[in-house]
Amino acid sequence: MIENIKILYHQGKQYIPNLRTVEAPGIFRGRPIIKLENVDNEALKDCCPTQAIAINPVQIDLGKCTFCGECAIAFPNKINFTKDYKIATNSLEGLIVKEGDDKPITLNADLIRSEIHRYFKGSLKLRQVSAGGDGSCELELGACSNVNFDMGRYGIEFVASPRHADGIVITGPITENMAKPLQTAYEAIPEPKIVILCGVDAISGGIFVGSPALNRNILKNLKVDLYVPGNPIHPLTFINGVLDLIGKK
Amino acid sequence: MSAIVLKNNQQVPVTSIPVSDYQDFMIFNTSLLKLEENHCVNYFGIPDNKNIKLFCCIANDINQTILVSSSIINQDTSYPSFSEKYLAFEKFEREIHENYGINYTNHPWLKPVRYSFTRKNKENNIANYPFFKIESEELHEVGVGPIHAGIIEPGHFRFLCNGEQILHLEIQLGYQHRGIENLFLQKKKLIERNTLAENIAGDSVIGHTTAFVNLWETLSNTEVSEEIMLNRIIALELERIAVHTGDLSGMCTDVAFQLGSAVFGRLRTPIINFFQQWCGNRLGKSLIRVGTTNFPLTSELRTTLISILDKFEPDFDEMCNNTFHTPTVMGRFEKTGILTNQVGKDIGVVGMAARMTNINRDIRSSHPYSYYTSLAHQPILKGHGDVHSRGQIRREEVKQSIHYIRTLLTKLTFEQKEKNVNPKLSPNSFAISLVEGWRGEICHCAITNENGELLLYKIKDPSFHNWLALTMSVRNNEISDFPIGNKSFDLSYCGHDL
Repeated sequence: MIENIKILYHQGKQYIPNLRTVEAPGIFRGRPIIKLENVDNEALKDCCPTQAIAINPVQIDLGKCTFCGECAIAFPNKINFTKDYKIATNSLEGLIVKEGDDKPITLNADLIRSEIHRYFKGSLKLRQVSAGGDGSCELELGACSNVNFDMGRYGIEFVASPRHADGIVITGPITENMAKPLQTAYEAIPEPKIVILCGVDAISGGIFVGSPALNRNILKNLKVDLYVPGNPIHPLTFINGVLDLIGKK
Repeated sequence: MSAIVLKNNQQVPVTSIPVSDYQDFMIFNTSLLKLEENHCVNYFGIPDNKNIKLFCCIANDINQTILVSSSIINQDTSYPSFSEKYLAFEKFEREIHENYGINYTNHPWLKPVRYSFTRKNKENNIANYPFFKIESEELHEVGVGPIHAGIIEPGHFRFLCNGEQILHLEIQLGYQHRGIENLFLQKKKLIERNTLAENIAGDSVIGHTTAFVNLWETLSNTEVSEEIMLNRIIALELERIAVHTGDLSGMCTDVAFQLGSAVFGRLRTPIINFFQQWCGNRLGKSLIRVGTTNFPLTSELRTTLISILDKFEPDFDEMCNNTFHTPTVMGRFEKTGILTNQVGKDIGVVGMAARMTNINRDIRSSHPYSYYTSLAHQPILKGHGDVHSRGQIRREEVKQSIHYIRTLLTKLTFEQKEKNVNPKLSPNSFAISLVEGWRGEICHCAITNENGELLLYKIKDPSFHNWLALTMSVRNNEISDFPIGNKSFDLSYCGHDL
C-alpha cells in the first residue's frame, strides 16, 4: 500500500490542465500556411505522396495530406506547417487551405444538427471501428483516454457496444473485407447518431487511393459530422474537434 | 548447390538463384529445417509465364546467412506440401494456394489466409470462412469479432469451449487487407512507396520503414552514411521502448491492475512525444527516408533524449518492481497462456514470442547490420513461455534498449543533412532485408524486371508466424484468460493482412 502511494507521489500530476490552449511539444505539423510566393508549381505538386496539393491557386487538402512535411522541406519559402492542432472540421471544403490563407480552421455552425448540442453536450459515448486502419489512429484514439489527455473529464468516452454508443468513429481506408461489418456496426447505433472520420485514410483513402482492395461505398450514404485530419490524428486535434462539435466551451 | 547464400541486405541477379525440380526443392528446404539454427523467413510465389516460380528463403542464425532457392511449378498439378514435415511452412503454403490456386496433396488445412483481392477463387469471401467444428452436445462455440470491444483492429476469434475451458481457438484474419504489396507496384514514386512502408503497421512504423529503405538502398546501390544508419537504429530501439511500455500498460489493464495501467500508459507518452520533437509525428512517420533523413538527431535533441531517458528509467523500474511483486497480477500472469519450447519451434515463431520460450531468435544478433554488428547484442531469453515471461522480456528489453541508445548517442557527431538517392534499381535482381522490430523479424523482399522496375514486393510481418502461437497457447486455458494472453502477444492484424 505504501509502495503504491509512493509511486503515485513520484508520478506527480500528469494530466494536461487545459486541452484547449496547451502548446504541442516539438515540431508538430498542424495547419499549414501557404505563402503567395512563386515557385515551381509542378515540382511542388509532385513532391506530395498523396496528391494533396493542387495548383492555380496552390492549395492543400488536409483530408488527403499525410502531414509528412516533404513539401515544406522542399519549398520552405512557400509552405510552412504551424503548430495549430485545431484542424478538425465538418465539411470537406473546410479542409482545404488555399495560398494566402491564415485563419483558424473552424466548424461550420450551420452544418451542425441542433440535436447534437442538445443531446451530447454533457455526455458522448463513441464506438470506434477500424476498417483497414494501420493501428496508428487507433493508438492515438486510445491515448485520448489516458491520464495525460483524460478526455473522460468532458464526459466523452469510447464504449464497447454500438448499442451503447451515440456515434461511430471510423479509422482506416475502409477495406472490402471490412465494409459489411462496418455497415452492421453503424446500423446498430441508435438514432440520433454522429459520424466521425478519423485520419487521412478514412477521410480520403490516403496513400491507399486506387487500391482494388478498398470499398468506400458506405460513405456515399453517410452524413459525416466531423473530419479529423492527421496520419495519425493527434489526440489534441480529436478532442478539440469533438468539443467544438458538441458545443462545449 | 541447391541454393545461393546471401547476407542480410544483399542483392543478387535473379538468374543466380538456383532453380530446382520441386521434389529436390522440397527435400532441400525441409531438410534444412532439421537444424535448429535454420528457420524460414519467407516463402512465396510469383507468376512466371503460365507457371508459378517459388522462392524459399531460409535463414541460418549461426552463419548469419540466408539460403535462397527456387522452383517452377505448374498451376494444374498437385504437389506434396512442406507443411507435412514442418508446420512452419503452413501459412506460407496457404498463401501460395490462396493467390495462385496451387493444390497441395497433404497440407493440414488449405484455408484462406487473408482473402486478398488477388485471390484465385473469388467464390471464397470473408463471410463464409470454413471454421473447424466439433459435433458435441457438451461443447459450445464462442465467436468474437471482427469488431472487438476496445479500440483495436478487426479479426475474428472462434473458440470451441468445454464449459469455461478453451479446447480450440481458430483465428480468422483478412479484414484489414488493403492490397499493400500490390500498391508498391502500382505507385511509382519513391515518396509514395516510402509512405506506403510507413503505413504497413502503425505500431511498427520504424521497423517496417527501415526494412523498406534498407532494401531500396541495397537494390539501388545507394550508400548512406553511418550516421544515418545510427539515426535509424536509435529510432528502432526507441520504438521498442515505447511499444513494450504501452503493452505493459495494456497487460495491467487486462488483469484489472489500475496503477500499472495508468503509470505505464503515461510512461509511454514522453517517449512518443520525443518522436514528435524529433520528426513531428508521435509514431515516427516521416522520419525514415531512402538515402537521407529530413530530421537529423541534433545535439539539442540528443540532450533532450538523454534527459527523457534519465527521468523515464527510475519511474519504469519502480513500476515494474511493483507490478511483478503484486500477487493479484502474478496470479494472473504466471502459468497462463503457455507456449512450450517444442510447439514454438514447430510453428517457427519469431521475435519476442520465440525468446520468451527459450528460442534464441533475434535478427540483431543473428543477421546484424550496421551498428548492430559492433553492439554484440545478447538476446534476452525466458524459459516458461507464459504471460509472465512475455511481461518479463518486455521489462528487460526496455532496459537493454535504453542502454543501447545511451551507447549509440555517444557515437553521434553528425548534424548535417545529406541526400544521396540513386533512383534506378538494378535490373533482374533479387534482394532481401531483415530487421528486428519490437515484435520480431520483419522481412521485405523485392524482385526487379529487366528495366529495373519492381516485379514483386513481398512483406512479411512477424505476426504472420506468430498468430498460430497465440491459438496454441490458449488451449486448456479459461476463456476469461484469453484477453491477457492475446495482449501479451500483441500481434498485428494489419501487418498480417497487408
